[in-house]
Amino acid sequence: MRELLLCPPDYYGIEYEINPWMSVAHAAEAPVVQQQWKQLHATLSKLDCKVHLVTPQPGLPDMVFTANAGLTVGRKFIPSNFRHKERAGEQPFFAEWMKQHGYEVSWLPENLYFEGEGDALFGSDVLFCGYKFRSDIQSHGAIAEMLGCLAVSVELVDARFYHLDTCFCPLPDGGAFWFPNAFDEYGQRAIREHVTDLIDVAPAEAMHFSCNAVVIEGDIVLPQGAPRLVITLQERGYRCHELPMSEFIKAGGACKCLTMFMPQRERLDERSIGAME
Amino acid sequence: MFSETIQLRGHIIDSLILPKVLDQILTHGANFKITEINIGKKRADQSFARIEVSAETGEALDELILRLRQQGAEVLERANAQIAAASADGVFPPDFYVTTNQQTFVRIDGKEIEVQPAMMDSAIAVDRKRGTARAVKFFDVRKGDEIVIGHQGVRVVPVQRATTGTDVFQFINTIVDADEPKSAIIRELAGELYRAHAAKGKIAVVVGPAIVRTGAGQHLVRLIESRYVDRLFAGNSFAAYDVERALFGTSLGMNPDLAFARGGRENLIRAVNAIRQAGGIASAVEKKILTSGIMHACVHHNIDIVLTGSIRDEGPIPGVTTDAIEAQKMMRKKLADVTHALLLANIQHSLAVASMLAPTVKTVCVDIDPSAVERAVGHQPLQSIGLVTDVEPFLRELADRLAS
Repeated sequence: MRELLLCPPDYYGIEYEINPWMSVAHAAEAPVVQQQWKQLHATLSKLDCKVHLVTPQPGLPDMVFTANAGLTVGRKFIPSNFRHKERAGEQPFFAEWMKQHGYEVSWLPENLYFEGEGDALFGSDVLFCGYKFRSDIQSHGAIAEMLGCLAVSVELVDARFYHLDTCFCPLPDGGAFWFPNAFDEYGQRAIREHVTDLIDVAPAEAMHFSCNAVVIEGDIVLPQGAPRLVITLQERGYRCHELPMSEFIKAGGACKCLTMFMPQRERLDERSIGAME
Repeated sequence: MFSETIQLRGHIIDSLILPKVLDQILTHGANFKITEINIGKKRADQSFARIEVSAETGEALDELILRLRQQGAEVLERANAQIAAASADGVFPPDFYVTTNQQTFVRIDGKEIEVQPAMMDSAIAVDRKRGTARAVKFFDVRKGDEIVIGHQGVRVVPVQRATTGTDVFQFINTIVDADEPKSAIIRELAGELYRAHAAKGKIAVVVGPAIVRTGAGQHLVRLIESRYVDRLFAGNSFAAYDVERALFGTSLGMNPDLAFARGGRENLIRAVNAIRQAGGIASAVEKKILTSGIMHACVHHNIDIVLTGSIRDEGPIPGVTTDAIEAQKMMRKKLADVTHALLLANIQHSLAVASMLAPTVKTVCVDIDPSAVERAVGHQPLQSIGLVTDVEPFLRELADRLAS
C-alpha cells in the first residue's frame, strides 16, 4: 500500500505571485477549494493508499502543495530548500513532521535550491530532475550522491511549467507522458534516451496541468481537461480519475503538487546504481 | 583572449550537460579546451570535467560564464598576481615579472586585466583603482608604483600560428639562406603586401645605409611612390648617405653608377651641412635643395620618417632624435598600429624595432649577414621570414612586382 502526504487547504489562497499562474486579483474560492481538495483526498483514499495529513500553518498558503516538501526514498527524507522566501517557512514544519514519523532527515547544503518531488521524479531506474526556475542543477548532483543513484538533469524553459511535475509524469510500465516543449532540446533528448515509450501531451491539454497526475499502479488521478490524453492512457490499460482542479491551478498546481509519496521509491533498483550496460 | 576555468560535475553525460555546455561555448563565439575529464564507470557514478573557456573580450566571457553557471558550471578561483612597490624611480622591485611581447593578462582582485601594450622586456605596473595594467620600462616607473612580482596570476596567450590558407608566414622561423632561390618567396611577399595595402594595413620599413650605397634606393623610392611604405625608420647615416647621393651623386664618396669608384667622406659632410643650413630635410625639399632620393620621396608623399641617432653620427641632420630614451618612446608610438614590418639591411635598428613590435606584426628581415637575420627573426618566431641576401636584388624584385 502506498503512503501519501497531503495538507488540508485551510490557509490556502493566492496571497503572492511567484509563478505566471498566480494573480492576487484572481482569488481562489474557499468553498470550491475545500470541495476539490476533499474530492482528491477521497479518490486517493479509495485507491488502496494510506493518506497522512500534515497540519496546515497560517501564513503559509502554499503548504497545501506537499510535493514540494522534499523527496523521500526508503526511510530517508531530503527536505526542500525553497527558492522563494514566501515558501521557505514551510520547510521546518515538513521536516519536523517527517522526523516525528520516523524518517531520517538528510539536509542539502543551504545554498542549493531544491523543491522536492516537484522537481525530482523517478522514471524506471532513473531520477529525473528539473532545474532552472526553482531547483538548481547543483542540487541534483548532491541528491544523486546522497541516494547513490543516477540523476538525469533536464532544463525547463517555459515558466508556466516551472516544476518537472507540471510537464512530466512517469508511468509504472517504464513509459511517461510529458509536454516536450517545456524542456530545452538537450532535456528532450536526455528524456528520450532514458524513456522509450513517451506519450506527448498536446499544448492545450498540458495547459490544464494534465501532466500533474498522481499514478498509483494502474490508476491515474489527473485534472479534468485532457480528453485525448485520457483516451490514450485508457488504451494502455490505465484507469483515469479526472478531478476538477480549477482553484489550485490558479496557484500553478494540481493533483500531483498536492501529493507527496512517502516514499516515492521503497528502495533503489539495482539497475540505477549498477554497472553500465 | 580572456579565459576562465570551469568545472562540471554530476551526471553530465546522461543529462547531456557536457555537450550542452560545449555547444553554448561555441555558439557564443568562444572556445574551449577540456583540460581534465573523468567519466563515471557505474551508472550512479558521477562524471567530472574541467574546461578552460576563452573569449575575445572580458564582457563576452562574463556573459557566457553567467549562462554556464545556470548549467551547473563552477568557476575555478585562480590566484591573484602578487604585487610589490617600486622602491625608487626607475627601479623595479626584486623578482619583478619580465614581459614578453605576447598578449598577457594579470589577475588582480579576482579579475583578469589585459596588460597594455604587449611590450617585451618590461615590468607590469598595476593601477587597482582604474583596474588597469600596463607594461612599463625603467624610465616609466616611479617610486611606490605597484609592480607585479613572480609568475602567479600572470597568463600569457601566445599568438596562434596560422594553420589555414597559403600564408607565406605560416611556417615557423623561415629563413631563406644565401644559396637558396628567393624569387618565389618575394612573389608571395609581394602578394601579402598588396593585400595588406588594400586592407589599409600599415607597413613600416627599417632601412640601412647599404640600400643607398648599393643603389637600391631607386627601388625603395618606387615602393614609396606606390604607397607601400607608411613609415620609415632609419639612423642619421642612412639619411645622410641618401642626401649625399641626391646632392652629389655619391654615397660616402662612392658613385654607384661607376665601377670601382672610390671616394672619401668629404661629400657626406658637405651634404649634412647643406641640410643643416636648410633647416632640415623637409625644408630642404621645400626649398628645392633636395629634389631626389628616398628622403625626398618620403617628404613628397607625406610619409612619417623616424630618424634616431647613434654615437658615430655626423651632424646630426636636424630631426634626428639623439636621446636614446626619447627615441625609444617615439619609435614605440610610431610602431603601435603597424601590421607589417620590413627590416632591411640595418641590424641595429631592426633589432630595436623587432623588440617593440606586437607579436601579430608580420615581419620580413633582409640582411646579407645570416646571424643578423637569425637574431631579428627570433623576435617574431611565428610571424616572420628572413632572407639572407644583398638588399639590392630583393628590393628591385619586390618593386618590380608591386610598383610596375
